[in-house]
This record gives sequence, structure tokens and C-alpha cells, in this order.
Amino acid sequence: MYQYDQYDHLIIRERIEQYRDQVQRRLNDELTEAEFLPLRLQNGLYMQRHAYMLRIAVPYGLLSSKQMRMFAHIARKYDRGYGHFTTRQNIQFNWIKLEETPEILSDLASVEMHAIQTSGNCIRNVTSDEFAGVAADEIIDPRPYAEVLRQWSTFHPEFIALPRKFKVAINGAVEDRAAIAVHDIGLTVVHNEAGEIGFKVMVGGGMGRTPILGSVIREFLPREHLLTYIEAIMRVYNLHGRRDNKYKARIKILLKALGVEEFTRQVEVEWEDLKGTEQTLTLEEMERIIAYFQPHAYKSLPAIDPAAAHADNKAFGNWLKRNVKAHKVPGYAAVVLSLKKTGVPPGDATAEQMDYMADLADRYSFSELRVTHEQNIVLADVEQSQLFDLWQEIKAHGLATPNIGLLTDIICCPGGDFCSLANAKSIPIAQAIAERFDRIDFLHDIGDFELNISGCINACGHHHVGNIGVLGVDKDGSEWYQVSIGGAQGNNSAIGKIIGPSFSAQQMPEVIDRLLQVYVRERTPEERFVDTAQRLGIAPFKEYVYATPIETAGRLVGEDEYA
Amino acid sequence: MPKQIIKGREIVADDWNLLRAEEGSEAATVATLAVPAGRVILPLATWLAQRDALSARAAAGEIAVWLAPDEDPVALRDDLPRLALVAIDFPKFTDGRGYSHAWNLRSRLGWTGELRAIGDVLRDQLFSMQRVGFDAYDTRPDRSIEDALKGLTVFSETYQASVDQRVPLFRRHARPTPAAGA
Repeated sequence: MYQYDQYDHLIIRERIEQYRDQVQRRLNDELTEAEFLPLRLQNGLYMQRHAYMLRIAVPYGLLSSKQMRMFAHIARKYDRGYGHFTTRQNIQFNWIKLEETPEILSDLASVEMHAIQTSGNCIRNVTSDEFAGVAADEIIDPRPYAEVLRQWSTFHPEFIALPRKFKVAINGAVEDRAAIAVHDIGLTVVHNEAGEIGFKVMVGGGMGRTPILGSVIREFLPREHLLTYIEAIMRVYNLHGRRDNKYKARIKILLKALGVEEFTRQVEVEWEDLKGTEQTLTLEEMERIIAYFQPHAYKSLPAIDPAAAHADNKAFGNWLKRNVKAHKVPGYAAVVLSLKKTGVPPGDATAEQMDYMADLADRYSFSELRVTHEQNIVLADVEQSQLFDLWQEIKAHGLATPNIGLLTDIICCPGGDFCSLANAKSIPIAQAIAERFDRIDFLHDIGDFELNISGCINACGHHHVGNIGVLGVDKDGSEWYQVSIGGAQGNNSAIGKIIGPSFSAQQMPEVIDRLLQVYVRERTPEERFVDTAQRLGIAPFKEYVYATPIETAGRLVGEDEYA
Repeated sequence: MPKQIIKGREIVADDWNLLRAEEGSEAATVATLAVPAGRVILPLATWLAQRDALSARAAAGEIAVWLAPDEDPVALRDDLPRLALVAIDFPKFTDGRGYSHAWNLRSRLGWTGELRAIGDVLRDQLFSMQRVGFDAYDTRPDRSIEDALKGLTVFSETYQASVDQRVPLFRRHARPTPAAGA
């Protein structure tokens, strides 16, 4: 993975001093809260319901065991012993004191980490495929280009006060695991006919109040032009994106207002004299960065069927089926550690679990881990012959729930328990649903499933692209939940359709149950829920869900249960 | 005490008068604003409407123009040689259009004269302003200008190219490659 050199260290060190001084001036009232707000946001510090929340960047989701141990340390020293992995492959701590944030940044810097641009109206942490570098279906490793973008976007002087936040995702595999279609810029690393490396450039995707899938504005951008072309996009957006209404300020609205053709034309005109300037990447620089992402020293191993020696062990079989992914090197596999155990808020990990996952990485996987946008953790390079041992170990630590990609692998934002933007709680809904369907055979029968829950229209829980999406809404001061079906992420991204009037929290597990009943009744043998939902449309689902009243006597767990 | 601004990296006295129409004024009102004597920074619309009448004063170096965030500096392309300075207004420091205007003025319109940031100009934005081509800062009068000066020297290295440094870090320094086995 990438390692800081003297320049990275210098910039981070100077940043911490700048920020330490800003905090001090805020505490001395030399800065008003309004003036401090964008400064702290650009450092990932939000004011939440109970305390400050600090979001730390995990560049493109890649993490060393040393860095994971630092998260455990931060959880213990500055928080309440746990942290929350986010849908943008970052980590958040929810109980932070403003006065301590400069110290946290110093601790982070000691392991080459920071919180720069994890929030605010700037270019955010670039996200990517959690299986980058190891996926069997990978064409080109996207991580070096994500790192190039990280450096270029860090404190870019011109793009620090954009109309709104700006998210970039990059994918280099056949299957899109980086959700590029719902990003402000979605890049796919591709080869052209001549075999040269470049990018397919998609712009203007996003969720929030107006979910839109991105549009391709360039089929092939030679890789050396990556930064100048993105600069062109950013300048068009910075100058022409709306600033009168924060809900209409994302680049997707500008692109929609201009139309793809006109937007593309403006970008190309803007790029004309940028193309070939000094900011153009050199082959030497690209190769320097690529050198940091070389394959590990893999052993020469035969590919085996890890299930063969344990054919009678159904639980292990379930785990292999859901939590173990194909690796490009024979004899190796990628393992997903589930942070979706029933009873635990999705994406949460305790300090003990973090330390333990770091140990696992040291012992099984070249001391590296990845954070997934589904809020789980990946050990990307495990020998197949060690999978059984690993599975036995992690079971005891609550990390082996065989539910990756299933109904209970819920994407969920922190919601109203923590977030001051939220209209409604989201974690208790996720937990109630997980409890209701905590039957592994049933989950495996239902199969591939994306259940995504957001506590408000900002859509941090990606509800628009959930096969079932749940959105918390506020109606006259009480919390209600709007349900959509048929959304999807990845290569066949789609925005879900709302089935009808919203439900109370207590009704939600039953609503999900009824939707599943329609699926089980209507599915053809090969169909996943999303296929059935997209084939039939909402009508049969709607009819059944609303046919009879739903009791509201379910049990919900609140924040106190896990605080 | 005379008014002070930051110019380059120094605090200096400044005798330019900023002419602003009342907020919400009609374009016609802005166009016909009376231009006081002395050195004056005019709204773009005032300049465009009165530039012929002001040409002697411009030739004497008394006239400058300021741009609002929604005003394209291209409107000044032919007039730049006649202006003593160009200012860009930041009505709110969170509106970042002025950064791109500055970049365009320096990089595309060839402006080499003074480029001054006016409005909600605060210490914590000065470093970026300097990078995109500003060289003068009329900082907010309710804040210490000595304090603001510190904002210009926050970072000693930067990754990307901009107006102050046309060559990105990776072309300026031989950066290391990973140690073997890393």
C-alpha cells in the first residue's frame, strides 16, 4: 500500500498545526461558530446530537493493521470504546471532544492517516473497490489512480468552497463494486483498442433528494490526462453549480439543467488549454505510485476447494458461500468479516474487535485490511488452506455471521440516534429487521439482497439503490418510514420506486416480511428479489403489503441498548 | 489610522476607495453610480457604463474594477491594460467562485497587475487565495490584520499546480519509490 514520504508527512504536520490553532481560536472565541464550521467540517468534525463526531479518512478503504490498531486506541482513549465504519469506507467516532481533536490528528499522523476533506463542500475521500488488487474479475488495479487523486485533491486551493460536497469513486473490475453511478464523478479504468490505459468518465450521479444515475461524458480519457480533465470538470462546476439552494447544488443538478451534451461541451472547452500542462501525469509518476500497489509475495499454492474437507459442516459451508470471495491468485481467497451481527448497529466495531481484526490481518493477510462500502471489513489475501482455522477463530469474536450480501447485511446510516440531520432513527429499524429474520436458512433461501436504510433524505444509507430501500421521514414531529423497491447498485444500477404511504417503526419488520412473501410467491427459480421486483413493478408488492392493517406491537431497541 | 491591507506578505496603508451600490440595487442604478474623486474600485457595471468618461482617470491610474461572484472576468478582457488593479468580491467566504475567477484572470486573461480579495476575507482562506493568484487582501476590518498575515504561511509544500506554482509536487521533487518488499 502507499507509504508517506517526507512531503506527505510535512503537509499533514503543517495541517495539524493549522487546525490546532483554529480550534484554539474557536475556544478563545476569536472565531465564530459560523466561521469555524466550514473549517472543522473540512477536517471531518461534525456537531452531532450529543457530541462531536470525527470522521477519519481511510483512503479508498485500504488500511494497515497498524492503522486499525490506532482506531482501537482512539476508540478507547477519546471515545466510548467503539467506532462506526461508513458507507464511504471511512470510520467515524461519535463521542469526541473538540479540545481533543488536535491530539487525535497527531495520533493519526503517526500512522499516516488524517481526517482531511472527509466532510465539507470539497472533494471528499476517493472510494474504490474493496477487492481492488485481488479480485478475480479485475482488469486494472484502480488504487494507484485513487492515490494520485487523493494527493491532487488534498487542499486543492481552487476547489475548497464548492457549491456542495463532491464525491469521486473509481472502479477497475468487470463488476462495479464501488457504486460509481451514484457519485459526482465515477471513473472506470479501462483499456482502449490500442491497449492503452485510461478512464471512462461518468459525471452527475448522486443520491440525496434527487437520485440520479451518472452520465458518461467521455468513453476514453488517456490516463495521463486524469488530473487536468477532472480540473476542467471541477472548474465548470465551481463556477456554474447552483449556490442558491443547497438541495440543488450538487453537480448532478447542473448536468441535468445543461443537458449531458452541453455539459460535456463546456468541460471539453475548459480542458482545451489545460491538456498537456504541467499537471499532466508523467509515466514516471504513475509508475512510482503503481509500485506501491504491487502484489504481495504470494506463495505458489494449488487452488483447492476449501469446503471439501468439511463437507458435513453446513455452517462453514454457509460462510464460504457468502463471506469468501474469489482471488486472482490460485490458493488464495478474500474474506469478508461481517460487522452485521444481529443486535449490533451495522458497521459498528468495538476497540477489542479492531485490535483483533488487526491481529488477524497480521496472521492471515499480509497485515492489510479493507473497509467495504457495505460497512464490513475485508481480509483480502487469505490462503484457502487456512480458511477453516480462520472461520473457527472469528466465530468466537462475532465476525463470522454468514450474511454478506444477504438481507441482514444491511447498509445503514447512524440516523437519529446520533446524527443531527436525521429525521428518524435508522439503527433500531435495522436491528428490528435483523432480529425478525435472524434465521440463516431463510436468509440463504432469499439469497442476494441489498436492504439499505437512511434516516433522512441525504441518503447516507444509500436507500435509493437498495433492493428494498427504507427512508426515515418526519411527519408532524413523528418518525415514519417510506419504502421503495427495485433499486440496485453496481453494473445495473437502478433507483428504487416508492411503494406507497409510509409506515411506523414498529410496522417495518412486518412490511419487509410481506414484501418477501410476494417475492417467494412470484419468483422464478433463478430470480433474485431485485429481478422479481423489477420484472413485476411495485403493483403486486403494494397490493399485498397494504391489503390488511399491520400491527404496531413490534419491539425496537434504542440507543441505550448499545451505548 | 489609515486603512490597511495585506499586499504580498506585508501590511501596508491603502488609499483605494471601494464603491458599492446599496444591496439589491437595480443594474441601471449601479451603472449610473457617481464615481468619487481619488482612487476608486468600481463595480463592473459602473465601469462598463462609464468607461469612456473615466478614461483620463483610468490613464492616471485612479481606476480599478471589482467583480462579483457571478461576473465573468472575461468581460474585462479588453479593458485590463487600463485598470490599476482588479478586485474580486467574496460576499461570503463559503462562496468559492472567486477562486476560479482569480485563476482565470491570471492563467487565461494574462492579468499581471494587483489582484485583490475583498469582502469576507479571513485568515483561514488566505493561503488558498494566494495560491490561485491573489496578491492583495482587504481583510475584514473587525479582525486583526496582523493575525490574518499568518494565514499566508500555513503550508510550505503543496501537491498540486496552481497560479503560484505551475509545477506540481511530483515534477518538482524526486519522490521516493517504495522500499523493497513494501
